[in-house]
Amino acid sequence: MTQPHGSSAPKSNRIAIVGGGLAGLMTTIRACEAGMEVDLFSVVPVKRSHSVCAQGGINGAVNTKGEGDSPAEHFDDTVYGGDFLANQPPVQKMTDMAPGIIYLMDRLGVPFNRTAEGLLDFRRFGGTKHHRTAFAGASTGQQLLYALDEQVRRFEAEGKVRKFETWEYLQTIVDEDGTACGIVATNVFSMEVRSFPAAAVALATGGPGMLFGKSTNSIINTGAAAAVTYLQGASYANGEMIQIHPTAIPGPDKLRLMSESARGEGGRVWVPKDGKPWYFLEEMYPAYGNLVPRDIATRAIHKVVYDMNLGLNGEAVVYLDLSHIPADTLRKKLGAIMDIYEKFMGDDPTKVPMKVFPAVHYSMGGLWVDYNQMTNIPGLFAVGECDYSIHGANRLGANSLLSCIYAGMVAGPQMAKFAKNRKRAMDKVASSIFETAAKAQIQQIESVKKMDGTENPYNLGRELGDWMTRNVTVTRYNDKLKQTDDKIQELQARWHKIGIADKGGWANQAVHQTRQLWSMLQLARVVTIGALKRDESRGAHYKPDFPNRDDEKFMKTTMAKYQGNGAAPGSKDAGQPTFSYEAVDVSLVKPRPRKYDVDKQKS
Amino acid sequence: MSENKTIEIQVKRQEGPGKPSHWETFKIPYKPNMNVIACLMELQISPVNAEGKTSTPPAWEAACLEEVCGTCSMIVNGRPRQACTALIDKLEQPIRLEPFSKFPIVRDLITDRTRMFDHLKQVKAWINIDGTHDLGPGPKYSQELALSRYKMSECMTCGCCLEACPNYGPQSKFIGPQAINQVRLFNDHPSGEMNASERLEAVMGEGGVNDCGDAQNCVKACPKQIPLTESIATISRDTTRLAFKKLFG
Repeated sequence: MTQPHGSSAPKSNRIAIVGGGLAGLMTTIRACEAGMEVDLFSVVPVKRSHSVCAQGGINGAVNTKGEGDSPAEHFDDTVYGGDFLANQPPVQKMTDMAPGIIYLMDRLGVPFNRTAEGLLDFRRFGGTKHHRTAFAGASTGQQLLYALDEQVRRFEAEGKVRKFETWEYLQTIVDEDGTACGIVATNVFSMEVRSFPAAAVALATGGPGMLFGKSTNSIINTGAAAAVTYLQGASYANGEMIQIHPTAIPGPDKLRLMSESARGEGGRVWVPKDGKPWYFLEEMYPAYGNLVPRDIATRAIHKVVYDMNLGLNGEAVVYLDLSHIPADTLRKKLGAIMDIYEKFMGDDPTKVPMKVFPAVHYSMGGLWVDYNQMTNIPGLFAVGECDYSIHGANRLGANSLLSCIYAGMVAGPQMAKFAKNRKRAMDKVASSIFETAAKAQIQQIESVKKMDGTENPYNLGRELGDWMTRNVTVTRYNDKLKQTDDKIQELQARWHKIGIADKGGWANQAVHQTRQLWSMLQLARVVTIGALKRDESRGAHYKPDFPNRDDEKFMKTTMAKYQGNGAAPGSKDAGQPTFSYEAVDVSLVKPRPRKYDVDKQKS
Repeated sequence: MSENKTIEIQVKRQEGPGKPSHWETFKIPYKPNMNVIACLMELQISPVNAEGKTSTPPAWEAACLEEVCGTCSMIVNGRPRQACTALIDKLEQPIRLEPFSKFPIVRDLITDRTRMFDHLKQVKAWINIDGTHDLGPGPKYSQELALSRYKMSECMTCGCCLEACPNYGPQSKFIGPQAINQVRLFNDHPSGEMNASERLEAVMGEGGVNDCGDAQNCVKACPKQIPLTESIATISRDTTRLAFKKLFG
């Protein structure tokens, strides 16, 4: 039976970090180096976090190929690629730090591919003309994650980190002044619920791929942690900016990513036309060819398949072809993704072209943070994919691993600073605050367990995914968006009619799903209405009825704030998102039209 | 292909730690390209067993579904493996799903593999860096070494090698192939090598590399084809050398 009790007495130098992917682990390491003790929470053992799925590499203008690359060039490519929706100062800081970050990861033992001289090798990626992407085969995210996991284990062995693996975050606890002072979490196996005092809290909980049912995301990427925090009053920014990756393998359980590095190493996208291969990206975008940014490639594939009816055998599939590249090169540089294709599809991509189609991949939007990675709730930080900064309206490939590590490097010391200068010392926070929060969560879970309606929580999740994928991805129309928002509200009503047949007290996954679904539906509205309100086309957000970028009206961050008392699953009134807009800091690179059929113009 | 084709799956059920176990059979409508995970997802939506009775959906763990995270380990038709790459078209039916036997059961197909991560702590599987501040480039080394280390570093701590190993289990102190492979991974790195003897010492006593019985099941079970037996042989030789060095200075 679940009992509320603080795990330990509040300590002035103990902080909580939720999520053990790249961003959470780097935040942990940096906070430990700054003298903090860290309670690290993760719904899976941290080594199994979604960062493992990042394949192609990590960007940094190390310029070892004599191409005249520089952090300034990387900075410009990133804000241009993001269609001028990102605040520029943190992007500049990140691209400046990028070469140092890659060197650090090399020092940690990441087995990066190397040149003949034993230096780090770099490859090309989308949205740039430079070899800027360091890589470890084609499972770079996995290798970077392991390196940080190892360092965190070292701190764990020294007693500076306590890991709470298979513990899921339920809410942030705020003190009498409205400052974050801990979290409530539940053990997804034993179902125990506890509160954990913390002098500062960081969320590193990844993206919301499961809002779309099937995506390239791990199935743990529900977005529920960010969503419940939004329901607690954190602002959620640019929720409508969802990246659709052009090349994934369709599957009944998941859409498996085929890395952009396949094109970086020379892979070509084509469909048969008039009996011959038509390399449509190369024809439409002569300057960048197959290495246009993801939103551009995805829209081109949709045009070829849906508008021109040129999909393979009439189906929604195009070829991604590597078969002209020597098999040995492919094995050394892309082995991991070749294995994935062969294992799941049964064909050898060194011999036959791969069959791929676009899939939901990444959320540029997320919790709003300031330049120190802190949300609008004092003492609550957000890092990695769950924060909105850096990528604007479209993320460049191989910038996500970089932004996760960058965010952790910033947030770790900032959390230490916050903890040291806390307005109310941790031992002055009333202990009843921790007990009340845990008790409320226990009550909510108990009421979910008792639900005895006719709806299946997984089925509702599937319906949500189908609607979101159909109407809130590549091409968006206002009437469809409105219908989707109505549908989400219908699902919110049907949520109350869920029945939990499983009365088990251990690892009751239907209970977890039902609880998460409540906040996922709330977040789905933020994404959908955010898209509805943005009457322009920018980056990944494309409306045929508003085909142009409108800087005057919409070079602004969408800010969603929750209004209502519907944070607890099953609340009678689910509440509403309210929207406001914040100017974007474009003081460093002057906005200019984004075009990839010609070489980049300097601003 | 018949419209009504079904997949028959038998799942070993157990409600929680210490509870009795039993087998339950399910029939799932066939769709092309299904894997074991897709079948388990169908059971979440429609948990009806072969007798037509409403049951509870079997509990299982998964994350990436592309065999890089190591979460969805289970025994499929007698073989420890990742459920995501277990494609229905390649499996004999009825498909039998069981949890790993070498770790404590949580529920149904979920086991608690925390012990594997403790082994990694025991062998100090990390590089002892001075700090994460900017200290310039790392050591130069060859592409050949990078490739060999990459192969070892693909270990996702899934536990298939331990499930297959006759010498590993709750009654044994043997830390198993995965942790020994990590000793080699770090001892092969130019900076990691500076602490090689610490890691070797961690696998020299009881439960260390000498407890390997040379069954060679691990290397066959590894979904990533990591040369585990080669790592064991290398570390065995290195520990012997270190022992002699310590004896005779």
